[in-house]
Amino acid sequence: MSATTAGDAPVAKAPRVETPFRRFVSEFFESKIATGALVVFSVIVLVAIFAPLISPQNPYDLAQLDIMDGRLEPGSRNGADTMTYWLGTDDQGRDMLSGIMYGLRISLIVGAGSAIAAALVGASLGMLAAYAGGRTDTVIMRLVDLQLSFPTILSALMILAFLGKGIMNVVLALIVVEWAYYARTVRGTALVERRREYIEAAQCLALPTRRIIFRHLLPNCMPPLIVVGTIQIARAIALEATLSFLGLGVPITEPSLGLLIANGYEYMLSGKYWISFYPGIALLVTIVSINLVGDHLRDVLNPRLKK
Amino acid sequence: MSATVEAPVAFARGADAEKLIEVVGVSRRFAKRLDFAGKIAAKLGAPLRDEVVHAVDKVDLTIRRGEVVGLVGESGCGKSTLGRMVAGIMPPSDGAILWKGQDRTGLHGKEARAAMLQAQMIFQDPMSSLNPRLKVAEIIGEAPLFHGLTTRAGFSAYVDEQMRRAGLDPAFKARYPHQFSGGQRQRIGIARALAVQPEFLVCDESVAALDVSIQAQVLNLFMRLRQELNLTYLFISHDLGVVEHLSDRVVIMYLGRVVEEAPTETVFARANHPYTQSLLSAVPKIEARKKAFATVKGEIPSPLNPPAGCHFHPRCPHAFDRCRVEIPALQEVAPGHRSRCHLNDLPNHGGQPV
Repeated sequence: MSATTAGDAPVAKAPRVETPFRRFVSEFFESKIATGALVVFSVIVLVAIFAPLISPQNPYDLAQLDIMDGRLEPGSRNGADTMTYWLGTDDQGRDMLSGIMYGLRISLIVGAGSAIAAALVGASLGMLAAYAGGRTDTVIMRLVDLQLSFPTILSALMILAFLGKGIMNVVLALIVVEWAYYARTVRGTALVERRREYIEAAQCLALPTRRIIFRHLLPNCMPPLIVVGTIQIARAIALEATLSFLGLGVPITEPSLGLLIANGYEYMLSGKYWISFYPGIALLVTIVSINLVGDHLRDVLNPRLKK
Repeated sequence: MSATVEAPVAFARGADAEKLIEVVGVSRRFAKRLDFAGKIAAKLGAPLRDEVVHAVDKVDLTIRRGEVVGLVGESGCGKSTLGRMVAGIMPPSDGAILWKGQDRTGLHGKEARAAMLQAQMIFQDPMSSLNPRLKVAEIIGEAPLFHGLTTRAGFSAYVDEQMRRAGLDPAFKARYPHQFSGGQRQRIGIARALAVQPEFLVCDESVAALDVSIQAQVLNLFMRLRQELNLTYLFISHDLGVVEHLSDRVVIMYLGRVVEEAPTETVFARANHPYTQSLLSAVPKIEARKKAFATVKGEIPSPLNPPAGCHFHPRCPHAFDRCRVEIPALQEVAPGHRSRCHLNDLPNHGGQPV
């Protein structure tokens, strides 16, 4: 609606309009814990994005690796005495710090990618179920029930056993096991919202159904969707780590955090804790910070908790 | 309140004016069907059945151009459902709603949209009837822009004009609905409806959620707009005072059926149906301060299981045997005055049961 601002010159000096978004932002930053978690998460995302620039070593480049540096303790120097392995090395002589930075990339891409794709699929189906009702609703929601009654990890394992390894296949498996959460959330909200009178008003104004769904219904169903989305990113990252740990996730050439943990698992009892421990900490911090942000988003966006 | 409300100005209406809306034998049923488990249980003899509510039951109603028709009834009598069907939001289960003699359900595409726009609705709750995520300018201007009643270039001026007409300051058009008071929000709803240039407005309890002083302002706005734009209204309300002041004609509904229909003065002076009489005796009046109100006895019966015969007989002081078995017909007791009561057939009553 760019035209709305065209003739606004006389009211340009009016005080800042309190948009719902601005109110939401100021309420979000009232919580110190959530703000801290958001800062930590932002740092993690930045590290993941700029890993090739800031990591001491490219762990995928076999020419940079020296098998003689394998399983060195944190703080050791490398054989050529050109760099320090601050978090030690794994059995291939890979720098753990660099491995974690690159691992974060894979974990975040898989987590965010699958969560967003699952949100698109789930929200569309949930919205369709709520708006169409009747048989469409029944079919979609029974599918959701079926999906949710399976243990998540079991269905993901079955899909990956069928499709084989690979980042795309992991993302696909995560979409299949996650869409149902979005569908159920969106359907519940949409059922409430579509009974509101502004939807009837839009129908009375002869606006097409597509426009009513996407311009009127969907934006008012966003808050729960955002909350579920944040929590599901964390869940997806954890699930991907689990799958990789079990050996069905990402390929060994592009290790995610889960695969790094799995690599060090056999050395845990021989005192070489760092190979599993530091990737585990990185995973923990990532998931906890996302969950804290998500929890607080739920508090801020829930109208029933409003002061 | 009545002191501050301008008297409605009478103009061309009555039997000679064009029929704008004809509601012919319209019913609306809401059914809750048994699910799979329920069907099995019913087969095995459980006392379960499909639950059907007759929200509106074979209603006939004609609204002529320029008229203000008041639709009165208790909560749950189907008056809002009827209003939504007339506005075209909800399809009737049976019967037809004719717009200038034409059934709108047969129309498609552009014609259907144009017909929809002719009848607009003003809702009860001024908060939930406005999309909280849109600015006022978008709320008012979205439909006119979409339907080509204005252009992108003329959008701002068009919205300003709609806001001014509804008594809003156009400077506020970049605000959101939650930044307005109840009365202003209702004006936004009115501006939104009028922005598509309708001929007919359905006002569903449109002032019930407002303060009494604000009610008067909004009612005055309705009357002013009626004169300016030659609008026709179906005014749904449970407030007899508002209806008396505004309407040319009053229609009383009880449990999905029209029980009485007459010009406003007639209803308030010579109500025929016992239900209308009991409604009128429950209106608080300043001159009758010490009077004990004759309330309607009992609750409105469940529409799931309405009483046989006349729906009102369990609460009617004059009920006799015939009322319990036979549905009375809506028959004319005086010119333009129709009532649905068996008492009118009794020879010694002369059409005036009291």
